[in-house]
Amino acid sequence: MPAVSKGDGMRGLAVFISDIRNCKSKEAEIKRINKELANIRSKFKGDKALDGYSKKKYVCKLLFIFLLGHDIDFGHMEAVNLLSSNKYTEKQIGYLFISVLVNSNSELIRLINNAIKNDLASRNPTFMCLALHCIANVGSREMAEAFASEIPRILVAGDTMDSVKQSAALCLLRLYKTSPDLVLMGEWTSRVVHLLNDQHMGVVTAAISLITCLSQKNPEEFKTCVSLAVSRLSRIVSSASTDLQDYTYYFVPAPWLSCKLLRLLQCYPPPEDGAVKGRLVECLETILNKAQEPPKSKKVQHSNAKNAILFEAIALIIHYDSEPNLLVRACNQLGQFLQHRETNLRYLALESMCTLASSEFSHEAVKTHIETVISALKTERDVSVRQRAADLLYAMCDRSNAKQIVAEMLSYLETADYSIREEMVLKVAILAEKYAVDYSWYVDTILNLIRIAGDYVSEEVWYRVIQIVINRDDVQGYAAKTVFEALQAPACHENMVKVGGYILGEFGNLIAGDPRSSPLIQFNLLHSKFHLCSVPTRALLLSTYIKFINLFPETKSTIQEVLRCDSQIRNSDVELQQRAVEYLKLSSIASTDVLATVLEEMPPFPERESSILAKLKKKKGPGAVSGSELEEGKRDGGELNGGAERGIDAAATIASNASTPSPSADLLGLRSGAPAGTAAPSASSLLVDVFSEAAPAAPSAVAEENFLSSAPNSCSFGAEECSPPLPESDELLNKFVCKNNGVLFENQLLQIGVKSEYRQNLGRMYLFYGNKTSVQFLNFSTAVTCPGELQSQLNVQTKPAEPVVEGGAQVQQVLNIECLSDFSEAPLLNIKFRYGGALQNITLKLPITINKFFQPTEMSSQDFFQRWKQLSLPQQEAQKIFKAKNAMDAEVLKAKLLGLGTALLENVDPNPENFVCAGVIQTKAKQVGCLLRLEPNAQAQMYRLTLRSSKDTVSKRLCELLAEQF
Amino acid sequence: IICCPPPLQMQFMLLFSRQGKLRLQKWYVPLSDKEKKKITRELVQTVLARKPKMCSFLEWRDLKIVYKRYASLYFCCAIEDQDNELITLEIIHRYVELLDKYFGSVCELDIIFNFEKAYFILDEFLLGGEAQETSKKNVLKAIEQADLLQEVRLGGGDLHGI
Repeated sequence: MPAVSKGDGMRGLAVFISDIRNCKSKEAEIKRINKELANIRSKFKGDKALDGYSKKKYVCKLLFIFLLGHDIDFGHMEAVNLLSSNKYTEKQIGYLFISVLVNSNSELIRLINNAIKNDLASRNPTFMCLALHCIANVGSREMAEAFASEIPRILVAGDTMDSVKQSAALCLLRLYKTSPDLVLMGEWTSRVVHLLNDQHMGVVTAAISLITCLSQKNPEEFKTCVSLAVSRLSRIVSSASTDLQDYTYYFVPAPWLSCKLLRLLQCYPPPEDGAVKGRLVECLETILNKAQEPPKSKKVQHSNAKNAILFEAIALIIHYDSEPNLLVRACNQLGQFLQHRETNLRYLALESMCTLASSEFSHEAVKTHIETVISALKTERDVSVRQRAADLLYAMCDRSNAKQIVAEMLSYLETADYSIREEMVLKVAILAEKYAVDYSWYVDTILNLIRIAGDYVSEEVWYRVIQIVINRDDVQGYAAKTVFEALQAPACHENMVKVGGYILGEFGNLIAGDPRSSPLIQFNLLHSKFHLCSVPTRALLLSTYIKFINLFPETKSTIQEVLRCDSQIRNSDVELQQRAVEYLKLSSIASTDVLATVLEEMPPFPERESSILAKLKKKKGPGAVSGSELEEGKRDGGELNGGAERGIDAAATIASNASTPSPSADLLGLRSGAPAGTAAPSASSLLVDVFSEAAPAAPSAVAEENFLSSAPNSCSFGAEECSPPLPESDELLNKFVCKNNGVLFENQLLQIGVKSEYRQNLGRMYLFYGNKTSVQFLNFSTAVTCPGELQSQLNVQTKPAEPVVEGGAQVQQVLNIECLSDFSEAPLLNIKFRYGGALQNITLKLPITINKFFQPTEMSSQDFFQRWKQLSLPQQEAQKIFKAKNAMDAEVLKAKLLGLGTALLENVDPNPENFVCAGVIQTKAKQVGCLLRLEPNAQAQMYRLTLRSSKDTVSKRLCELLAEQF
Repeated sequence: IICCPPPLQMQFMLLFSRQGKLRLQKWYVPLSDKEKKKITRELVQTVLARKPKMCSFLEWRDLKIVYKRYASLYFCCAIEDQDNELITLEIIHRYVELLDKYFGSVCELDIIFNFEKAYFILDEFLLGGEAQETSKKNVLKAIEQADLLQEVRLGGGDLHGI
């Protein structure tokens, strides 16, 4: 029987729960439940009308059964009936049932919404709260449609009770998260922001969650919240522990609110107003100081609450990344936590330091803790803490400590938990390559990696070591010697056989002079592993054997014999059989010259960004990439021709180029003697912040541009010298109509990535030129031209690019774009450079199209059709009927239309299959309103696309561009 | 243009016993019943396998799990990677305090037999995964007020008097 039955005991319910608890087996439980379900069903269906109490009791039993994990398919109607009961507890149970067992049955939703509406209008605060809780719990689109306009009113009304305001704020937040398009703050904005000043701490606590979310989406409109948040925070931080009464938690004043305030401030750059900023810095200092004070209580709740605020403050300091003093203090504080007796604090300190390691101000300070972190990796008992330590070592690694860190990570790998081995292997491989100063160390490291954790070494890792060995002749002999030794082990991993086979096949001759590794010994060693290997490895070994015949003619007869035996030449695997037959034939009929040509040493691989890095990023998942990259990935994923895989790859390429100097750049930098590292860090920090106003280079570029114009470019390269645009440049342009970021162009030598952003009639584009080779590009120059009348329509400003692009390096160029009036052509980008002796000359179309200057416009169905009719002159309309080039997937179409920059209007077109969009094109001269209608015909696999706008050229151009997208 | 952290959202809260029986589940993001069951199964297993004295946080899928054991019950919240672990730990503690105060030294049985109350208290404290009211007094006042209303027949406006 129940230990406590508080409130209104429902005896029947308690008995039922006891029964279930007494069931000895799962079967008995199911039997008891089925009996109860039958009973309830008959009660609900019975002729006798149930009283409210019974109805409540049965609904509650159903809820209990559901929470046990059983399906419930009736009782919803009875629960809805309870909503309109005039007894509070009945209503409450009704709402609980609805909240837990949401059903999208439209008939019921209407009834539920009706009951909610009544309760919201009741002016009874307890009822209003129940109704608001229900909306917040369910948060469906239908509810948003019904209540999104009503709740802001409740939230800001002067006579609303505090408790109702709190519920209303969080209810609105939930609706905003599910249906942001339906929650329009508009006129309420400033009153909502001022809730930060409310006298009632509970109201502030609830409202700030809403304000934070709205600020993230509309930072401009909500930016007045910054100074309010700072002063609120300052009052809390400086208050005595008793000032806030019940909002003090274990002697810590308002910890939840403090954390939320600090989180809100992370939506914004540091305050511009000096006084506000001063006050905030003071707050942050006070929080750091308090961490040093003796605790006011021994309870863990006290220190947790205090440190929760501290970590949030440190997050803000890292977000600003502009106060070296605070960053270093934060780092010292975390350093203390690294040795704290609380596991939780050690974990969090390791995690937080990881972000500090990437700030130039605190990187050195983080490095001083290396010994502590290494010992954490060795001694922590909890794998999640060890994982954090490994992450931090990776983050703090640089040239100065790479050898130590790699060695520690390798030795940790021997005992590391299986769950994190693969990631550790990737990290070791990346660090070894990135900071390799001598290549014998690199080769040793990777071979150790294969020896210790062969199962976790992915193809990318062993491919990469082979690429590097092949490209660097000073390490080839060493590599051959080392793999030969490694293969001596009686049991060696198959990956070692692969690497060994490949390297000896190419460079075995370099160690053949030593009688201990004579050609025949090499062959016998490899062949002793052959039969234990999988098919792909055996195939690789067969290729090694034929290479041996070329390298060492004395092995020819032995190898031919092996190839000739039945297990090879009649192997059931087609690939192996074919190789054996062909290699045997080749070795017997071809002359030595032919053999030497066919089996020549592999040419150097073209240098490219390490595939390992991309793999690590993929493995780390969305958490590891920043928001903008993620968004890009998503957008690409929704595309037909982009294809998800490629989209993510492109994003990863750009991202990795941006965030870390590419590993290949470092390697090659060494060879050419130029310190590749020097240019990279500043470029990379710029790229990470590509979208932030704070990026130092961007504004100054704008300021200088007006004076410099494009003169240096135009004098070195007259327009007539430029090659005509590449034949594929139109196609490349079309790829970027619905997206802003990606790889614009790529050939053997050069990759060009684009990131761009537009506001009103202005835009900024970042071009990233990546040298894929190992050789410098000389006389590198770029020029942007606006041919013909485009000159008066579009203004594109840029500074000359760096004249030398190191092998493997990347340079960035920023373009500032202003749209003066509507345009139809695309500006041309010409790139010239010398590679080896040859002058390269490439002209592309820059992906700047008129739709980039769209502002989306939301409008009702009525407005839409009214405007549609107003634009009825024949020249205002452009129409195309065309065959679908890709699958006609509604979601993909939607994604593209949104990428176009227009607002996608729902419920406007009477035919739900059709899409209609509206937007205004912003040019300096004027604004051009545009309406769009896309009618897919799935049966015929055709589309009809209609554009109407106030300007004929705009309609025509948009129609042309869009017709290529679907 | 300002670079913002993404909005953070508590994903769900689960209460389960040492035997792995689910006692309370609250989902703050829409998921199918099937998915919910799968998550619950996996997570209960993972958390129960952990030893005492281990860290209260663990990465799970792309989320972070914050958990704490009180007597026979595990309280477990899933938050996003960037969210504040310590303050979440204290959210759990405050919820335990609220239950404790309401039931008078709460035990697992109270939550089994009065599961609906446990839900009501949670809704007063956290709404949509965000702290709505952190004052213990205010939350309990709201719940007790509701209890007072239990068998009172509610007419037009006489509620305001209570």
